[in-house]
Amino acid sequence: MQPILVTENLSKHFGGLAAVSQVSLEVMPRGVHAIIGPNGAGKSTMVNLLGGHLRPSQGRIRFNGRDITRLGAHRVARLGIGRSFQQTNVFAGFTCLENCWVAAQARQGSSLRFFRPARRLWRVRDRAEEALALCGLEHHAETVAGDMSHGEQRQLEIAMVMAAQPRFLLLDEPMAGMGQEESQRVVALLGRLAERFPLVLVEHDMDAVFSIAGELTVMVNGRVLASGPLERVRDDPAVQEAYLGDGVEAC
Amino acid sequence: MRSMPLKVNVILAALLVVLATYPLYGELLFPQQHDYYLQKLTFIVILAILAMSLDLLVGMSGLVSLAHAAFFGLAGYTLALTAPQYEPISLWIALPAALAAAAAAALVIGALTLRTRGVYYILATLAFTQMIYFVFHDSDFAGGSDGMFLFFKPTVSIGERVLFDLEDRTTFYLFCLGALAATYLLLRMLLRSPFGHVLVGIKENEIRIRSLGYNPPVFKLIAFVIAGVFAGLAGFLAVAQYGFANPSLLGWHQSAEALLMVLLGGMGTLFGPVLGAFAFELLHQLFAGWTEHWQLLMGAFVIAAVLLLPKGLGGLLLKLTRTRPPAGGG
Amino acid sequence: MDPAFLLIQVLNGVQYGLLLFLIASGLTLIFGIMGVINLAHGALYMVGAYLAFWFTSRTGSFWLAILLALPLTVLLGLVIERWFMRALYKRNHLDQVLLTFGLILVLNECQSILFGNDVHGVPVPAPFSGSIPLTDVLSYPVYRLFVSFVCALIAVGMYFLIQHTRLGMVIRGGASNREMMAGMGINVHTVFGLVFAAGTALAAFAGMISAPLSSVYPGIGDSVLIISFVVVVIGGIGSIKGAFLGALMVGLTATFGTVFLPELSGAVVYALMAAVLLWRPRGLFA
Repeated sequence: MQPILVTENLSKHFGGLAAVSQVSLEVMPRGVHAIIGPNGAGKSTMVNLLGGHLRPSQGRIRFNGRDITRLGAHRVARLGIGRSFQQTNVFAGFTCLENCWVAAQARQGSSLRFFRPARRLWRVRDRAEEALALCGLEHHAETVAGDMSHGEQRQLEIAMVMAAQPRFLLLDEPMAGMGQEESQRVVALLGRLAERFPLVLVEHDMDAVFSIAGELTVMVNGRVLASGPLERVRDDPAVQEAYLGDGVEAC
Repeated sequence: MRSMPLKVNVILAALLVVLATYPLYGELLFPQQHDYYLQKLTFIVILAILAMSLDLLVGMSGLVSLAHAAFFGLAGYTLALTAPQYEPISLWIALPAALAAAAAAALVIGALTLRTRGVYYILATLAFTQMIYFVFHDSDFAGGSDGMFLFFKPTVSIGERVLFDLEDRTTFYLFCLGALAATYLLLRMLLRSPFGHVLVGIKENEIRIRSLGYNPPVFKLIAFVIAGVFAGLAGFLAVAQYGFANPSLLGWHQSAEALLMVLLGGMGTLFGPVLGAFAFELLHQLFAGWTEHWQLLMGAFVIAAVLLLPKGLGGLLLKLTRTRPPAGGG
Repeated sequence: MDPAFLLIQVLNGVQYGLLLFLIASGLTLIFGIMGVINLAHGALYMVGAYLAFWFTSRTGSFWLAILLALPLTVLLGLVIERWFMRALYKRNHLDQVLLTFGLILVLNECQSILFGNDVHGVPVPAPFSGSIPLTDVLSYPVYRLFVSFVCALIAVGMYFLIQHTRLGMVIRGGASNREMMAGMGINVHTVFGLVFAAGTALAAFAGMISAPLSSVYPGIGDSVLIISFVVVVIGGIGSIKGAFLGALMVGLTATFGTVFLPELSGAVVYALMAAVLLWRPRGLFA
């Protein structure tokens, strides 16, 4: 199996600070590739780099063989890379359905349509409803996003990503702030998704990571400590010492 | 984008009826001054179109543009420039020409200014407005600082049949009112469309919009041009009404006044700015009636309004009908 | 092209630019540190010009007039900051634009009430009223050289302040520093008040010293305002260096534009701004 996403010596400097340094990793076309590491390891910067929100100082990113290093966020999204945010980033003033609707519409051809009411575009609406159902939010379709609980908003985050029918999922701490039960539901959902798509997951929740991840990249201080199949990385002595040595590090 | 709640729509329809029937009862209320008030009302309606179009930018897209008067004035000047001196011009020629001028200018200015963000954007729009102002003020082709006259209102006829006689004050007033209603409905439709949703989304959360695959500058530019076209409509009507086009129509003070109407009325509501236009002009008349230094009072009022009325009158109306303000609000 | 003529234009351009720097530096600081767009900045220039006119006509001495007017403008700046600007720090741009627009209306109308709408002149003060001959027919007014000198002196003083003092360090840091400033034990309100008052005084002082050069009449604030904004946009918001270089560019462009393209002179400066924005949307030194 050829990797679907490859980074080559990816680096990002902010002034004198190297947030990400010489990161080379490979993501397989199926399964969960988790990126873990202590705070400040550069994980969020990695997500922003992969998503096109930041331009690398050095290095390359290839998606399906194509060099996407210099593409901006909206072009990267159009290639099918769907990204969720660590800080909840939904459209607070829209209903859940409208949130997913906007996400779905992006991939349904041109949005430069001015005359038909948006509600009438059935195909887009169907996608939005499917995405909501997938994440267990179908009862909240007409609820204004800003009125929901934190956990529900995190679910909406994922629903929005799904509504855009991505070919590659990039999730930044999707379970942050979720309760036990919700987390488990989301973990199950992610596991199902990973059977069909490649999924890059940045997470602190080790239980979740170990239950679904097939590949693991451990980052410390902006560099990759180890990267590869889960068991091999987990058993790597350097990784154990630096990060996993004390059991589950709930950073 | 949710539509306006039923109560609000009913109130707006009622207001429209009240305004449309003014010619009937105006004579009774103001026997001597009816004609004068009709003129004033017409002007307010025209300003309301300007303010509404600006709401598309400020309230819906988050673009604080001081360039709006440029399109208002350019369209008006186009009418004055294209109209022959000794006979009226046909609306079917003059209006598209004026709107095209406004659209072209909006396209160019929009493309240049949308490269900037935040404060730079506001200042860039301000500077371009000034540039256009100076072109008209300093040169002679449009009468320089004195401006130009328009001696005949445009004709609206098909073949030999006159549809509307715009020289008749009442007809002109109703024509403008119709334009206001049409503008409102068109902009509402725009906001309900896929395009409109994305636009509001951009204002709410531009990063998210981009990460979903939309390219914000394209949407903003289109909104800018559409808003510019409607501003041009207002400018066309303004010059048609008074028969006079001068550089102050293009000046940034005019833009600032339009912004003020949007603020007073409540941005993001579309109908709010209409209320704002009424409030502003009525206050203008009131203050001017008290003293020749009315700008002092107006300035003080503006300061007070900003400090005390952040959501404007439209926000108040929505609150009174116990509804949540729309996503694009305040 | 007569070299003396060219020299005169260059000197004029530099002098205009240096004057613009005084005004633009205040504007860029106010925005850079406090995050507020102050449209009333031009009106403050006008206040300075009118105060210079009034005190000069009362006391007969231009220098005394400046001495009297400066503290008044500092006071005005402190008052405006305390009563109006403070409310704007957390508000959005629309509110800032409109409130300061309201201030313009108030200040303009006060000027109209107090001084009427006539055009006034201020005589060039005594020691500098001569001209330096450059050729048989051309000479250059000493006062203009003096103005350039004073502005340059102030620019140098600002440079030292910004580069070598703690206050300067805070200024260089930028608007996001509010928390950091408080953390360093600096009273944020005091700093803001000082910065705004300083900006006001600079703009007013520019108005004062240019009063003998151009007449004093209603509306001088407006024209200066927009040009200063152009300077700030070109130079980059918050950057004093940018304001300096931007001001010189604008001063020279405007001066040469008036000479070589009189019909388009008003528009030439904006064309410069458009060109800069196309190349660098955040200004040259942001």
